[in-house]
Amino acid sequence: MSEYKTIKEREKEITDEFSFFDSWEEKYEYIIDLGKRLEPLDEKFKVEENIIKGCQSTVWLTSDFKNGKVFYKADSDAIIVKGLVSMLIKVLSGNKPDEILEAKLNFIKDIGMMTHLAQTRSNGLLAMVKQIKNYALAYKSADVA
Amino acid sequence: METITTISPTFDVETIRKHFPVLEREVNNQLLVYLDNAATSQKPQVVINALNYYYSNYNANIHRGIHTLAEEATAAYEATRQRVKEFINADSAEEVVFTRGTTEGINLVAYTWGRKNIKEGDEIIISAMEHHSNIVPWQILCEEKNAVLKVIPINDEGELLIDEYKKLLSAKTKLVSIVHVSNALGTINPVKEIIELAHENGALVLVDGAQSSVHLDIDVQKMDCDFFAFSGHKVYGPTGAGALYGKKKILEEMPVFMGGGEMIKDVTFKKTTYANLPYKYEAGTPNIADTIALKVALDFVAETGKQLIRNHENNLLKYATEQMQSIHGLRIIGNAKNKVSLISFIIKNIHPQDIGVLLDNQGIAVRTGHHCTQPLMERFRIPGTVRASFAMYNTKEEVDRLISGIKKSIKMLS
Repeated sequence: MSEYKTIKEREKEITDEFSFFDSWEEKYEYIIDLGKRLEPLDEKFKVEENIIKGCQSTVWLTSDFKNGKVFYKADSDAIIVKGLVSMLIKVLSGNKPDEILEAKLNFIKDIGMMTHLAQTRSNGLLAMVKQIKNYALAYKSADVA
Repeated sequence: METITTISPTFDVETIRKHFPVLEREVNNQLLVYLDNAATSQKPQVVINALNYYYSNYNANIHRGIHTLAEEATAAYEATRQRVKEFINADSAEEVVFTRGTTEGINLVAYTWGRKNIKEGDEIIISAMEHHSNIVPWQILCEEKNAVLKVIPINDEGELLIDEYKKLLSAKTKLVSIVHVSNALGTINPVKEIIELAHENGALVLVDGAQSSVHLDIDVQKMDCDFFAFSGHKVYGPTGAGALYGKKKILEEMPVFMGGGEMIKDVTFKKTTYANLPYKYEAGTPNIADTIALKVALDFVAETGKQLIRNHENNLLKYATEQMQSIHGLRIIGNAKNKVSLISFIIKNIHPQDIGVLLDNQGIAVRTGHHCTQPLMERFRIPGTVRASFAMYNTKEEVDRLISGIKKSIKMLS
């Protein structure tokens, strides 16, 4: 069960997977495939307040807090972005707020996605990470209180 | 200063390409195909040289200096004004106000002429295909003055409905601010007719020439527009240098825009008198280097031949349109009878951004998104488009790479 793996272990799984890819086509086909396989978000969550600002495409992100852990769900109308957010969820969902907040997410750079994505789209990725961490921070504060 | 290499009177795209150093670079291991020209065009070596030469040889603040460098810089700066006057066929160089670009030109009119002349209940007409920079300044003005913004609708091909425009015109109309060529659709609007109709109603007309100035022959006197704004960086010039044309009589009567140096005649703590045209609208040290290099860009375009460039670009447009129409699921947004060489398109069930990312990986630069025309995208009920826009240096082979790039992207995404 992936839920029992640490964030670093999960990141390593992704970078290991990418190390097999020789071409940009393989990388993107993998990301596109992840996007397609990401469980679609229930329509009721596709509301304005769940939209992440700063992305060219529409990205919805929701979260849930159970047994001290944060669980994320997301969707997007663009498939590559959906694949990217799917990787973030794979790595971060089901962890404690502190672990999520401390995550460096070096895998994004390691798999070449920082350089392969242009600045505006890269900002979209960063906006997603920021929003994921915002949720973690909110749950952490609420939990402590 | 270096002179421009003479370009043969016939159009040879391979020779032209040699003037643009950036076209030699590779992106993602492939030779760059630059098709984002409607956002900004690439710069020929002579323009880059002019910037370098200015800073290396005669950088100085202009107009008030008595030393040699200041005189040289002033002369070069004012030579651009004369060149812009010719480029748009203004009656005099006094009618040419330097700006950062089209957006600043439009805002200058909104903040000066608009604030003085627009009153409660007055109407300003724009169109459904305006760039945000020809919407927002008027919205700000209308909110401030309790005036009304009216919008000329368009048909599904992306053409203005002139009959609807006629219905919008009334004694309340004070200004029509209209885009000459749509940045998102490529549509060339019948500005002469629009201006005539507005003038019959006693309204002034501003023409947003951001996209038209590079493709069409601009003649502000023949057009009879009251204002014309354009950006140098879309005409192979540097960013941050553009111009606003205004009819002399109107510019003379307009209040000043920004206060500061350059724009004054005399300053005392009691009263300031302003400089003559066009300096009263040019406060502060202007963008000297880029403005000087703008002349070189306009010379380069003129020597290449605008008509020859237009023929070449129209051939590319025709070819690319035919090729795209053969791609299953591809829909071109903007099919006006009169359009410039840009194609906006969407692909069924695929987000424009996904196409853009995959094209970039193939070394092809296009623009994706709403192109700063959100109301227009809303009109077509789409989130955005992919836009390929052509310039003088693009080739048929590059169109082929675009087409195969799109096909490959679709295959990867399906």
